[in-house]
Amino acid sequence: MSSPATTLRRLTGGSAPATTPDGTQTLRPDRKKPTRWYNLGGLLVFVVMAFPVYWMLVSAFRPGREIRSYDQTLWPSSFTLEGFQSAINSNFFWTSVRTSLIVTTVTVVAAMLLALLTAFAIGRFRFYGRKPLLIVLVLVQLLPPLAMLIPLYLQLNRMGGLNQYWALIVVYTVSALPFAVWMLRGFIINIPRELEESAMVDGCTRMGAFWRVVFPLIGPGIAATSVFSLVNTWNEYLLAYVVMQDNERWTLPVWLMSMTTQRGTNFGSLMAASVLIALPVVIFFMIVQRKMASGLTSGAVKG
Amino acid sequence: MSVPTLDRPPAAGGEPQEPDGPDGPAAPAAGTPGQGRGHRGGMLPYLLVLPGLLAIAAVYFYPLYRTLVMSFQDYRRRHLWTGDTPDWVGFEQFTNVLTDAHFWAVATRTVVFMVVCVTLTVGGGLLIALIMQRMSLVVRLMVTAALVTAWAMPIVVATSVFRWLTDSEYGIVNILLSKLPGVDFRGHNWFMETWQGFAVVAAVVVWGAVPFVAVTLYAALTQVPKELEEAAHLDGAGGRQVFRHVVFPVIKPVFVLVTTLSVIWDFNVFLQIFLMRGNNVEPQYELLGIYSYNLAFQSQSFSQGTAVALITVLLLAGVAVYYLRQMMKRGEVE
Repeated sequence: MSSPATTLRRLTGGSAPATTPDGTQTLRPDRKKPTRWYNLGGLLVFVVMAFPVYWMLVSAFRPGREIRSYDQTLWPSSFTLEGFQSAINSNFFWTSVRTSLIVTTVTVVAAMLLALLTAFAIGRFRFYGRKPLLIVLVLVQLLPPLAMLIPLYLQLNRMGGLNQYWALIVVYTVSALPFAVWMLRGFIINIPRELEESAMVDGCTRMGAFWRVVFPLIGPGIAATSVFSLVNTWNEYLLAYVVMQDNERWTLPVWLMSMTTQRGTNFGSLMAASVLIALPVVIFFMIVQRKMASGLTSGAVKG
Repeated sequence: MSVPTLDRPPAAGGEPQEPDGPDGPAAPAAGTPGQGRGHRGGMLPYLLVLPGLLAIAAVYFYPLYRTLVMSFQDYRRRHLWTGDTPDWVGFEQFTNVLTDAHFWAVATRTVVFMVVCVTLTVGGGLLIALIMQRMSLVVRLMVTAALVTAWAMPIVVATSVFRWLTDSEYGIVNILLSKLPGVDFRGHNWFMETWQGFAVVAAVVVWGAVPFVAVTLYAALTQVPKELEEAAHLDGAGGRQVFRHVVFPVIKPVFVLVTTLSVIWDFNVFLQIFLMRGNNVEPQYELLGIYSYNLAFQSQSFSQGTAVALITVLLLAGVAVYYLRQMMKRGEVE
């Protein structure tokens, strides 16, 4: 480990050309507090942010008698899978897994197809109404979910959509659209138009050029966007709770919350179930997090 | 962490340009076909956009239209099954809601809760981003990993975990607090006192929202040219002055965006309270979203519910338009 001062320089001045490599610190020694204090603050942030997740994991692997006690230690003590067993064996787990898988898969595929068409049109053509469409895509994402929920519930009820997979799939697909279009458009406008044009000169139709040239190049973009839709769909609770009243049609989040009852909750198996539900999401999310962070605020390079 | 917009000149981000610049709203209408970045493409773009547009119209516009219509009717439980058109009642639902003292209590509570959460989220996020710049690589990687994990947690899972942390019987928070000398938190119910309950809810909300703000602002901070900071230091500026006059102007557009988004998100907090209270929220824990839900699904007075939802939409409309304007200034809506 190098001295705090040089570490600081390396970090703060990493990208800038170092004009006076050694003289800087001695000239202005009081310029910044030592890295040590920032590291301490960083560790504090780490503990606060990580503790709930850590505690979920510790509790998930802890036997029931240790969970229900006042002497819980802060670090892992004994190890058991009983929480996971009771979670998996509890009612409606497997039917909920099936529902969540069906709904999520169909939603992601449908949303990607629709979003790709729209994003291609927005990213590649200037047409009348393009800008209003973009504005609509931003604004609908800001609508309060409750403003949609009541009429959607009533409409689905009238159409016989309660307890039906298609009801969730339709609503989730469209809910995923605005952000998916926005994100894909960012990837599409980054692909040089000349690539398509040369394909068209060589005899491709416009759509042919899209499928043969653009589509393979935005593969990573499609992957990132699908993961984002997947995570959102997988996690959705409210609509599923309102629409899927039949226990056998619960999605996983609804199933998870059914484990907390007024009469008392087995927190060991609740934490184990939480781990089961969060794990795929966290893994997928880690893969695309960077692309998403940029997609939300600065991903859209001008087209 | 890599910066996605290195090619964007920082100065352009620092001073927002006039919205009606060369790329502003006026440009596309006047743009000549075949020139510049876009093709007209005949009917093709319309055909491509049509399916998505129809879908959005069906699942966003139609419900919004129904919300509007229902707010002027009296839609009740029996209309669920009969399919009769409910009676038109004009502004009655709005007068009922707006003259109800409970509504004003809920609205005030929503605003206060939003302000507290936004302040903690944005302030905490900015602080984390600033110290992330100055900590050593190992610590920064640890912090990033923790932030991203917290960010990824589904709300249902996060809420379950916080319920367990603050459980009155065996929650670790009570256990640890009781270890302090002279403090006995054994069996303490965090939801007896409303403000304590809201503190727990705010903790889940802020814990889940801080990572987005911190990571985004950190990315923005890496855009600040080191030369400018150095120059300001050489000219004798202190740390606070450098932040105010050099660093903050550069990250300001991003800062405004995340703050606006936080305002909208925290105004709409629903699920955390709903799940914390076991899907059955008491009146003292109602925020506008919960209030609207309870009116519709507990009292089966759907029209009252949509009236409250519509009022919420109108309250947020200004913020949403402001957000849109910021996006347009940044040239994102092009």
